[in-house]
Amino acid sequence: MTFDVKKQTPNIIVWVILLTLPLWIEHAGSYIQLGTQVVVMALGAMALNFLLGYTGVLSFGHAAYFGLGAYGAGLTLRYLAPSTGSAVVVGVIAGMVAAAVIGPLIVRLRGVYFAMVTIAFGQVFYFVAFRWNAVTGGDDGLTNWKRQPLHFGPVTFDIQSNATNFYFFVLAIFALAVAVMAFLLRSPFGRTLIAIRENERRTRFMGINVNLHIWLSWMISCTFMALAGTLYALLNNFVDPRALFWTQSGTFVIICVMGGMRSFWGPLVGAAIFVWLQDYLSSLTPNWQSFVGLVFVAVVLFFPRGVLGILRRRALE
Amino acid sequence: MTQLLLLAVINGLIVGAFYALMAIGLSLIMSLSDVINFAHGGFLAVGAYLAYSMAPYLGFWGGLIVAPILTALLGLLVERFLISRVYGRDPLYSLLLTFGLAFIFEDVTRYIWGAQSLPYQVPGWLMAPLSLDLFFLTGYRVFMIALIVLVVGALFWVMTRTRLGLRIRAGTLDLETVSVLGVNVRVLRNLNFGIGIFLAGLAGVLAAGQLGLTPTIGSSLIMQSFVAIIIGGLGSLTGTLLGGLLIGLAMNVTAVFLPSATEAVIYVMMALVLLVRPQGLLGEEGRF
Repeated sequence: MTFDVKKQTPNIIVWVILLTLPLWIEHAGSYIQLGTQVVVMALGAMALNFLLGYTGVLSFGHAAYFGLGAYGAGLTLRYLAPSTGSAVVVGVIAGMVAAAVIGPLIVRLRGVYFAMVTIAFGQVFYFVAFRWNAVTGGDDGLTNWKRQPLHFGPVTFDIQSNATNFYFFVLAIFALAVAVMAFLLRSPFGRTLIAIRENERRTRFMGINVNLHIWLSWMISCTFMALAGTLYALLNNFVDPRALFWTQSGTFVIICVMGGMRSFWGPLVGAAIFVWLQDYLSSLTPNWQSFVGLVFVAVVLFFPRGVLGILRRRALE
Repeated sequence: MTQLLLLAVINGLIVGAFYALMAIGLSLIMSLSDVINFAHGGFLAVGAYLAYSMAPYLGFWGGLIVAPILTALLGLLVERFLISRVYGRDPLYSLLLTFGLAFIFEDVTRYIWGAQSLPYQVPGWLMAPLSLDLFFLTGYRVFMIALIVLVVGALFWVMTRTRLGLRIRAGTLDLETVSVLGVNVRVLRNLNFGIGIFLAGLAGVLAAGQLGLTPTIGSSLIMQSFVAIIIGGLGSLTGTLLGGLLIGLAMNVTAVFLPSATEAVIYVMMALVLLVRPQGLLGEEGRF
């Protein structure tokens, strides 16, 4: 494999920015936790984009799997074991299993109907988290637990009290997840997903089991979403039902669109803009929700291709 | 126990009629324009709060008539200037647009009328129980049911007996052909959206009398409406009506026996329907 500098430029830029982030973020008037939040939301949005942008399937219920991951991690640390590693594993498995079970019910549906069914199913988990007070803490959220330092034999990596260490922990997981997704998208399996997006009927005529591919893509997407959810819980040392409310799903979709659904790094750009904007607006006005709504409307009407989509178009011209 | 169950059944039908009113509007818009109107709950809240603000001047009855009409007018404007601009594009964009509108509606109602719950006055004689044995059966509940039956009946009449209804039904099957035959599709979609929002506004006023007013009144009802549509079958108004009544009943009866599963039960029903009959109870096969 040859190293094509021109092709690799976006990747190099992204990784240089992400790796040096702790050095400059405070000079840029922000703080490291916000950077961590960007990476977490970016992982979630890229997971969603695997389905949304690359398979062309309209899911509006991904917050459920984000929340399942978050609650899986939180509940593990609270009740089972003081181990960050197991928390991540349990959260991811919870999301994956739920996606695998719900998958067969929805793979036959398409378009807005798919969106509506996924969002409705997503609400089940919201109501479980909301109602099951004794275990989940209900509306007040799940508290009284903390992410734990990582132990590698005799070496301890303190991600509990050191925010920068935690950032690098999140970034390492992000790198791993993104590498797996990039690998899958370049494989024949990934090309098949893109073929489904471009022309489902033709793909079907080629003898490809479209529903099976959509189910697999859905599961992969939800699994990585759950991974993002576990990191989100670890970041805040707290989970509440809002993490899996349906409005959260819309947030992930708008992040994908804002950054550019057709670009691999689009959701990362979208996450950076969205997280920063939300942080800024909520410090400015109590009515930040209206402004977030306006961002939705503006993106749809004026920037439907997203930041990277616009840049790419400029480059082509 | 019998009385408790009877209460649950009657309550269930009332709540169900409510979900149906909202779901029918959503379903109309979805069938003709391929748009999931996430802002539907926002319109419902606007209807409710408008009625509240007009009550001192127009009284309960004036508000009941004027508020849904004003809400429908707002709906016509929103469709004309915002939603119609994304027709023909990837359905993703219309969903995001209405999603953003839902955020704005909820926040603006909170900004204007406050976050705390407001009481909504219903005429005293309507709130009195009809008989001592059935203490829960207030005149307001009977009135609500009667009004919903009347409105849904009128809607069915419009859909089956008038030219507008004929065009809307034809448009849900094949919009392009309807357009080629000389029907102004832009106006058709606009009116159809207005009808849907009128139903939302009406549901809002009725809900205000029953549940009181909060800015989240709409977003707390919209999911159940989605489930009602999925269970009943998209594209079938009778199905949506049936779906609404069924989930209302199921929720209230479940609340008697197993309160913690009140919400979960309708999603179980939805899963079963999708498993056995993916197009919904009365939906046509192959539409989605």
